[in-house]
Formats: sequence, C-alpha cells, structure tokens
Amino acid sequence: MRTGRVLLLSIISAVAGCSGNQAALDPQGAPAIHIEHLIIGITIVCTVVWLLVMIVLGWALLRKRSSDSSQPGERSLTMIVGSAVAATVIIIAGLTIASFYTTRGIGLPENAALTITVRAQQWWWQVIYADPDPVLSFQTANEIHIPVGQDVRIQLESADVVHSFWVPSLAGKQDLVPGRSNSLLLRAERPGIYRGQCAEFCGLQHTHMAMMVIADEPADYQRWIAAQRENEAIPTDQDAAAGKIVFLSKPCAACHTVRGTPATGTTGPDLTHVGSRQTIAAGLLETTRGSLAAWIADPQTLKPGNNMPMVPLNSVELRNISAYMESLK
Amino acid sequence: MTFGSINDTRWSILATCLLVVAGAAFLGWAREPRELRTDPPVVADLDRFRLMSDGISGAPPESYFAEGKPYESDAYNLSQGQRLYTWFGCQSCHGDGRGNVGPSFLDGWWLYGPETVSIVASIRDGRPHGMPAFRDQMTIEQIWQLAGYVQTIGAYSAKVAATGRRDDRYTRPAENRAPAKILFNEGPVGAHPDQGPSP
Amino acid sequence: MTTRHEGEDLRDRGLDEMELDRRLSQTWSTPAGLWGALSTVDHKIIGRRYIVTAFVFLALGGILAMAMRLQLSQPEARFIGPDRYNQIFTMHGTNMMFLFAVPVMEAMAVYLVPLMVGTRNIAFPRLNAFSYWMYLAGGLLLWIAFAVDTGPDVGWFAYVPLAGPQYAAGKRADIWAQMITFTEVSALAVAVEIVVTVFKQRAPGMSLDRIPLFVWSMLVTSFLIIMAMPAIMIASSALILDRLVGTHFFNPAEGGDVLLWQHLFWFFGHPEVYIIFLPAVGMVSTIVATFTRRPVFGYLAMVMALIATGVLAFGLWVHHMFVAGLPRLGESFFTASSMAIAIPAGLQIFCWLATMWAGRPVFKTPFLFVIGFMVIFVIGGMTGVMVASVPFDTQVHDTYFVVAHFHYVLVGGAVFPLLGAIYYWFPKITGRMMSETLGRWAFGLIFTGFNLTFFPMHILGLQGMPRRIYTYQPEMPWSGLNMFVSLSAVILAAGFLLFFIDAIRSAVSGTAAPANPWEASTLEWATSSPPPPYNFARLPVVGSLEPLFNNPETLPVASGLSVDRRELIVSSVVEALPEARESSPGNSIWPLWSALATTVLLIWSIFTPWAVVWGSIPVSIALIGWFWPKGTPEDDA
Repeated sequence: MRTGRVLLLSIISAVAGCSGNQAALDPQGAPAIHIEHLIIGITIVCTVVWLLVMIVLGWALLRKRSSDSSQPGERSLTMIVGSAVAATVIIIAGLTIASFYTTRGIGLPENAALTITVRAQQWWWQVIYADPDPVLSFQTANEIHIPVGQDVRIQLESADVVHSFWVPSLAGKQDLVPGRSNSLLLRAERPGIYRGQCAEFCGLQHTHMAMMVIADEPADYQRWIAAQRENEAIPTDQDAAAGKIVFLSKPCAACHTVRGTPATGTTGPDLTHVGSRQTIAAGLLETTRGSLAAWIADPQTLKPGNNMPMVPLNSVELRNISAYMESLK
Repeated sequence: MTFGSINDTRWSILATCLLVVAGAAFLGWAREPRELRTDPPVVADLDRFRLMSDGISGAPPESYFAEGKPYESDAYNLSQGQRLYTWFGCQSCHGDGRGNVGPSFLDGWWLYGPETVSIVASIRDGRPHGMPAFRDQMTIEQIWQLAGYVQTIGAYSAKVAATGRRDDRYTRPAENRAPAKILFNEGPVGAHPDQGPSP
Repeated sequence: MTTRHEGEDLRDRGLDEMELDRRLSQTWSTPAGLWGALSTVDHKIIGRRYIVTAFVFLALGGILAMAMRLQLSQPEARFIGPDRYNQIFTMHGTNMMFLFAVPVMEAMAVYLVPLMVGTRNIAFPRLNAFSYWMYLAGGLLLWIAFAVDTGPDVGWFAYVPLAGPQYAAGKRADIWAQMITFTEVSALAVAVEIVVTVFKQRAPGMSLDRIPLFVWSMLVTSFLIIMAMPAIMIASSALILDRLVGTHFFNPAEGGDVLLWQHLFWFFGHPEVYIIFLPAVGMVSTIVATFTRRPVFGYLAMVMALIATGVLAFGLWVHHMFVAGLPRLGESFFTASSMAIAIPAGLQIFCWLATMWAGRPVFKTPFLFVIGFMVIFVIGGMTGVMVASVPFDTQVHDTYFVVAHFHYVLVGGAVFPLLGAIYYWFPKITGRMMSETLGRWAFGLIFTGFNLTFFPMHILGLQGMPRRIYTYQPEMPWSGLNMFVSLSAVILAAGFLLFFIDAIRSAVSGTAAPANPWEASTLEWATSSPPPPYNFARLPVVGSLEPLFNNPETLPVASGLSVDRRELIVSSVVEALPEARESSPGNSIWPLWSALATTVLLIWSIFTPWAVVWGSIPVSIALIGWFWPKGTPEDDA
C-alpha cells in the first residue's frame, strides 16, 4: 500500500542517507536550517492533502451505489467542491506565507562582515581571499574555509559559463552568471567538512565540479589563513626538490601559480598549498601522493574533457613531481 | 490499417523510413566521436613533424593524415585553440589577430607559409625577432590546437568548423566569417623590416 | 474558370444513404498509392500519421532514458562518456518535449476536434499537411544529427553562454536551435487551425456552452501556443545569429545579457508544460464522463479553470530562475503566482472526483489510466507547490527532486491520460478494439514501474544529487537508490513495450469495433469506426452538451451541402448559427513541396546566412504553386 511504502522509504532514508555532508535534510548552517524547517512543514501538509485526495478517490470509486439510478444532489456536490476549493486557497495562502517567512529569515549576504570571492571556471572553483593589503590576499582552489558562527558572504562570479554554487548542508544554491555579480550567505553553526557541487550544467565535466567548505573554530580559521598566506613550503625531501625542478621546466608553470617560485600561471588552480587541501581536481580524488601522480599522469582519463593537458612525463619525473605537490602543504 | 499488397503506399513509406534509419545508423557508425583524449603515442608523433631546412613549410607526421587532420577540421579542437590563444598571452603581441608588436594573421602574409606545420614550428620553437618558444609551456597537442585555430583567423574562406565570436569585446569579425577576407585591405602590421617585403 | 454549370451542383437533399455515401466518398476521399499519401489533406490521415510519428519519437526517447539509467546505475560507471551522455540527456529532453509531448497532443486534436465539433475537415487542411511535413523534417534533422555525433549537448534548455558561440563547438547547438524552428512552425500552424475550426466550423446548435471539454482544452492550448511559441522562436533565432553571424544578444561584454536567454526561454518554457497538460485535462474529462456514465460535474467551472490555468501559465516563468540572482521581491511574486495555479488545477480535480462519486464507474482500461493520472499527478502537483517556494527551490533546483517532480506531472499528468485516450479512441481511429487484458497489464506495469523509478528521485535530490551528471562518486550515498531506480526503469519499459505490442497487434488484427463501443456522448461516436473520409454523411445539428445521450437513435442533421465539391458549414462564434457553406480545399502536393523548400532553407541557414536569401526563392515558388487557383470546384466558393 502506498502509504506504507512512503513511510518505509522515509525511515530507510532517514536512517541511511538523509545525513551526510551534502544533504539538504542534514543542515548545519543557519540558512539551510531555516529551509529544512520549511521542507518538513510543506512536506507534511502536502502529504496530508494527497492522502485526503486519495481517500476521496477511493471512496468515490468503490462506494456502494444504490440500485436505483437517482443522482445525488448537484447542490450539495457544489457546496462540497466549493469548500474544497476554499480550503485549497487557504492552504496555498498559508504555504506562500510560510515561504515568505523563510525567505525573510535567511539573512541578506550584503550584511556579512567577511567576503570571499568564488570565481567559477570550467570545471573548478577559484577562491579568492581578498584583503585591502595585497600582500595578505591569496587564492586557493576548490576548498573554502570559513569561521564557525559567522555570517560569510560568498561573492559569486563566473569566468565562462553559468555555474551554480551549492553546499546543501549550509545554504541553498545561487548561480554564478557571467556578466553579473551574485552573492550568497553562508553560515556554519558547527565545525565540519561540507561538500558542495556545481548545480548548473556547465559542460563536459559538470559532474566532477565539487568543492569543500570547511568550517573551522575561529582559532583554527586564523591559523589556516596565516598558513595560506605563506609562500610555498620549500621542499626538503630530495624527490620533492627534484619535483620542483620538473614543475618549473615543464608546461606546469605556464598554467599554475606557486607563490614564491617563478611559476605564475593563472589559467589553472593556484597550487601553492595544494597538499593541504582535502581533494584535488575539484573533489574528484582525495589528496594523496598516489592520486596526485595519477591525476598528473593522465587527467583526461580521470576527468575527460577537462582543460588540463596530459604532459608527457617519465616515471622518475612523475614520482618527483607528485612528491613536490604533496609537499606543498 | 492492414498492410495489404506489396504495392500499398504503406510499404513504400515503411521502406523509406527503414532506409533513413539504416543510413543514419551507418553514418553514425562511420563517424568518429569527439576525441577528448588523444592516445599518447599519437601525441608523441605530433612532435615529429619534418621541416624544410629554412624553417618554412614541411610535412606533418603520417599519423596526422591518418587521423583526418583533426586540428584543422575538428570544431572541438579549433575551439580549444581559441581558448589557448587567450590563455597563453598571444594577444599581448598579436592583438586580436591583426597584429600589434608581432605580425598580423589577417593580412595574407604568412612569413613562414600558411601550412599548419609551419605555424606549429613557430609556436613550438619560436622565431627570430621576438616570437618565444612555447615548447616548455604547452604540450605539443595544445600547440597543434592553437596552430589550427590561428590558421582559421587568417583563412580567406571560413571553414564550417571554425569558431564563432568570443563572449568578449567585439574588435573584428569572428573566425567563421573569414575575417582575413574582410580585413585584408587594412594592411599588414608589426612585420619586422628584416623579414622581407610585405604585400 | 470552372466548367461546372448551374444545376450541376448536386446537393445532399433527397439522396439515399448509399448514393450519398458514394458521391461523398468520391469527393472527399484520398486516392490510394504514394501520390495520394503525399498529397492528402484529410485531417484523419494526417492526424494518424502525426500520432504514429510522435509515438515513434516516444520510443526513441525511452531508449535514451534506458541508456542514461544504465550509466547511472553504478558509481563511476564507464558505459557512456561525458560527451555522449550530454548529448543523450539533451536529446531525451528535447525529443520528449518538442517531438513527442506537444505534437502528440496536437495530433490528437487534429484527428478529434473536427469530429467532435461536427465538421468535415479541419480548417486550413493544406496547412495541416504542411505542418506534419515540417514536424517530420525537424525530427529527422535532430535524430540524424544525433546519429552522426552532432546531436546537441547543451541541455534541452540550451543556456547561454554554454550554448553560445564560444563554448559550444561545432554545429550541435545550431541544429538544436533550428529544430526548434521546425517544430514551432508546425505547432503554430496546428494551433491556428484548431482555433479557427473551433470558433467557426462547429455544427449548427453547438453553442459555446455545448462544446465538449476536450475541445475547450484544445482551444485554450492553441491560444497558449500562439502566445508562447514566438518567445522561443525569437530566442533560438537570436542564438543562431549570435553563433553564425556574431551578434551580441547574449554577450555581456557588448551590452547583451546572459539572463535574457533564460527569460525568453522560460517565458515559452512554462506555458509549454501547460500546452502539454491542458489537452490531457480534456482527455481526462472525456474519459471520466464516459466511464462514470454522466457528464462531468461543473462544466462552467471546468471551462473557467482551463482558461484561468492558461492565463496564469504566463505569469510563472521566473520560478525556473529562482537561483539566478534576481531580486527577492520579484521572486516572491512568482512564488505566489506559482502556488496560485494550484487552485484551478485543484478545482478540476475536485470536479472529477465529484463526477466519479456521483456517477457509476466502469473500470475499463482508459479509466484505469485516468485513475493512475489522479494518483500520480496529485503527487506531482504537491511537489510543484514545494518547488514554487523560493527557499525550498534553492535546495532542490537542478537536483533529482526536480527531475522527479516534472516526470510526475508530465508522465502522470499527460502521458497517463494520453495512454488512456489512445485506448479510448483507438476503436474510432482504426475500427478495432485494443485488448482489455493487455491494457490492464500495461497499466499495471507502467504505474508500478513509474512510481518505483521516479519516487526515489525525490529522496536522491534531497540527498544532494544534482541533475545532468553522467556519474557520481562511490562515497556519496546515492548508489543504492540509483541502482534501484535503474532496475525499476526496466519495469516501466516493459509496460510501454506491452502497450506498443498491444497497439500494433490490435491495429492489424484486433476485434472489429462498433460505432460507439463505450456508449459515449460526443459527436465523433455518431459516425462509423473508422469514420468515412467525409466524417458525417450529413452534418449533425446539436441541441445539448451530450448529443448522443439525448438522441440515442437518430441525430438531427443539416442538409443542403453539395456532394460534388468539398463543402462544410461555417457557423457563428458564440451560438453556432449556420452562416455559410464554405468549400474545403482538395488534395494538394504543394504543402509537401513547400515543406521541402522550407526545410532546405532552414538547414542551409545553419551554415550560412545567405541561405535565407537564396533559400527563399524555392519557398516563394512553392507558396505560389500552393495558392494558385487550380480551377477546381472548390475555388469558386
């Protein structure tokens, strides 16, 4: 029976999958919490309405009809249908008002103290922590850190096509539209790692355009900021030092930046602290030496159509450069 | 609605439909899908083109012809080339193709010949009087994509696969409108006097 | 110009049935053979063709869906790569929306509306033929392009800049945009024909309050088509111009706007779904009336609800753009209007429920599909109310929740009534009954398969799974449900397969159908199954909303129409008082030539703008041939 199945599915999903770090029903940020209340509220109302309609449908079809062919009163039917319509109007009005209240409850991003700029590219997220003092500004990619309990305004820009910034555990989504400057309010109530994904079809690798938003306690956040502001960690390991030479002599430096080295390319993600990030290739792989090597060796097999070319490297070069990348914490 | 004799209209309609379907299926099977990842040995072969001794013109590798000259005729590669033109700073010397400090691609005067392989050599190895070598900054596949695109800037008849305008400020007609044909009379820009007579 | 003299205009007065049938058949029939098939203007033949073609596209679209489900059944599967997958989901959406959903509803109207209003042919019959050829050409263009790996890969909505000149390489997006032109020309043509047929060709006595609800729904739909299609024609033409010629409609750097595309597209796109849904409403009303053996409760309310839905449909489009960064106040207005459209829809549901309650249901296959519609469409409507809310939508937009929502409303709200309608009108169209047993099985499989396939998608969306992705990571909690969905899709496919088998088998060798197997009340059942080429031997005169209920044995008819030339009655808009005998064009090959010329122009213009200039020459020649008087008797009237 349908109700039973719905109930069962809800229970299963509540137990198994509604939680997780990319789920609207597991909100950890203020905007998402407001929306979750609305979701639950509307769902309950709508389920009740649907059940009522189904009950009336079943009754209308299966009710015992007297053998004479007398028709029931059109007048009373009119009254009933009229009341049902009136009830519909009231429910719709109520849901609309509830929606408006939720919108109001979600703060405006313009009021936030901290602004982080996210510039979407095909198919990665450029993150810019701007500071009035240019020396203190830095860029990173695909991973955003925010302090817990503070409103953060994400300034949304696009370098190419329409993308959408969506971290469901923290907030609803907002598009990044070329030629427009949108903004989104994020606010995390608890520390944690929240996954997000691009939510507007943007081409071949829209599928693999994820990001991590990491909410830190204020002290951890300040520590992270200070670390990110540093230039590259000079490699101490022999393999990593050799890897740095490979990095600078191959096409890598033409597209990527590693602050503190002559590599100042801007078409690809900033790699100054790539080793400190949770994932590489916009959430495709966990950052390990092996995955870095796999990615550099053959990006087109892992993420076909993305803009990183396959640079021919022999095994020694690959080993060294992956060591270097991992060392850039 | 039965299928009566073989002369019935419906048989001819059905036959036509099946023919169309079969034709489309054959074309689909025959045509290559868009290649997002070229095989590494083929890519390595792209580096092994042969140039004439004066660096003007030469022959692409055999595998290039076997692939159907993809960097000149494939829309995907040409659009990647368009992207690379911006990304690798070609505009700083060549402007939008009409030249600046560096020579124009639109004046009909290909200093080293209009063949793709010459343009590839220019980008990969550099040329005298200021063209840097990009062999350490781009992969050979990217260089071929860029060369194919540069060729369409200077083409006199637009290829079907040529790119459209960029989502940027408008400075000249797009590659699919044969800008060289439209802008030819504007004359050459940026040619070094040592590089011979201009048109 | 004609060689007919006075006195040779033989009228149908005084002719006996057999003589009348002989002469009318001679005048109205389509000759056998290929030439007849290509030059027919009989709305029934064209309507049948339209329906069959649309169902072929449905099957093709379904195969695409099964391919997608195969790829998504497991995380990081490698069956289909990103490029091909992007083409597949674009083709699935484009095919279903432009080549199946709208055309099939139009096709049902093309076949049924003239019969239901009691006339001999649709208005502008040659335009009708032209519209079918344009539709076929557009469909072939799209599918052949897909077969040669040039299918569009930018989504069925083709947002710029992704579909624009810089980011969509090749001709894929141009083919999409030009296919739009084909199908919209075709749809506009049919819409115009339906409006004129319904307003001016009704049987005498069929005043506005005696028009069957299906005809009302098609009338409102036709107005929606006329008002909404131009928006997407402008949009797709602007896109081709940007790509081909270098205009800057959507280029922010030169004063264009990326959101302009979205506004233009969705100004069409939202009414589009009502263009698909409203005819289904008409079908449901018809089936409910017949299978509860009473007229639908609240005729006036139903008509008002149809019109209200049609009008409101134009005030909702921004709900597709709730996350594009528009001002909050504006978005909130569209929340209110999007919620408000639930009210006329609810009214219709309540009227049907009242009809069922007050009537005596007969549980034949068409009615089963209508019951399925009620269950599924109401769920879709509920999720529609959910996504109408801006904050709710910011979490579920572009996720599988929305995929579930629109499949519930489109499949539940349009395909279920359509399948019921096919079972219902199949006897009329083919003269044979479909199998009741297979029909029940098909219904059961489709209903079960549909719910098992699409309900879990609501959960997937709330679990964070976005749309239009060709795979997903194994770490995400989506694998189990995706596998479940993919397996359930097999049940759904089996149900459709059963339906197709039933339809084909019944068409070839089903039991012969009487004129009125369901004991229905509308005029199409007053003639044989299938109807003769001239529809009605003498056009009926209508005195009530259920002409066949009130006159079970004989219908009053009008006489005095010519039998030597094609003639029908033109009547007044409101009261349907007969105004004139109007001649109806005979068979003509010129619509085919015109369609071919237009096809050449449109496909050529994908490659060069000069095609518009040179290509218009054959089009002009074809149109001149079309309209040149031919000396037939019909020219005189």
